[in-house]
Amino acid sequence: MKASVIVFPASNCDRDVAVALEQVTGVRPNMVWHGDSDMPKSDLIVLPGGFSFGDYLRCGAMAAHSPIMRDVVARAKAGTPVLGICNGFQVLTEAGLLPGVLMRNASLKFICRDVSLRVERTDTIFANSYGNGVVVTFPIAHHDGNYFADGDTLDRLEGEGQIAFRYCNQDGAPADEANPNGSQRNIAGIYSNCGQILGLMPHPERLADDELGGSDGRLMFESLVGALH
Amino acid sequence: MKARIKITLKSGVLDPQGKAIEHALGGLGFDGIEGVRQGKYIELELAETNPEAAKAQVKEMCKQLLANTVIENYSFELEEA
Repeated sequence: MKASVIVFPASNCDRDVAVALEQVTGVRPNMVWHGDSDMPKSDLIVLPGGFSFGDYLRCGAMAAHSPIMRDVVARAKAGTPVLGICNGFQVLTEAGLLPGVLMRNASLKFICRDVSLRVERTDTIFANSYGNGVVVTFPIAHHDGNYFADGDTLDRLEGEGQIAFRYCNQDGAPADEANPNGSQRNIAGIYSNCGQILGLMPHPERLADDELGGSDGRLMFESLVGALH
Repeated sequence: MKARIKITLKSGVLDPQGKAIEHALGGLGFDGIEGVRQGKYIELELAETNPEAAKAQVKEMCKQLLANTVIENYSFELEEA
């Protein structure tokens, strides 16, 4: 599986995700600069975490209009899977590839800690290695992860099975006190309606190696390898 | 010509920053504040001199980049240089 990781100015998880991917696939991903207009043939496109363009105007707003994004949008619409992590999720919403928007955390504070997530679906290319309803631990590190969409959009996401992960307590219940940032309906990540695009605020690539404290994130990359070869 | 653009959160969208400002003003002794909404203000200098063309241009800028219309409304005024 050959992945391309898009590098924006002030991306800072591009290398982490490349390492996590290479550990699982054995293939070094292409690192594609945001100013390029196209990328090599890719089985997976990753928009990494970071603070692209200094989060100016709105998180992800500038990056969503970088030259490479034309190619990303075209390939996503043609069916190439896209994974957006943290700032990458923000870029996906700003680019119109996923609905809703990530607003300032309800606490107004930058939050950097491990959270529990409930895996909502395991029949997707991103999550087929997880057990159903399983609770996993991923780290979050963001100031703007408060997922917002209007009620109709949220109902549609629920109805179409597009919710990928929810913040939950250790029993798997999406309780208010387990919601770190005020996200509507405890949403931590969502799929596009075809399930080929995943955006999530937590960082699977930061817990993808037992030597770094856990490997729940690694299963996402293993899922992708299994599904995409 | 100059464009003065105001970007505000749609009603119904929670504004935690506005809430924090409201609390802080209350802490300073300013009573009777019934709500605070925070927004953005952007000024553009445009080479365009035709008001209709400038209006169309600024509207496109707001839609494509300056505002996220999922959560924000925009309005603007044009001023001849």
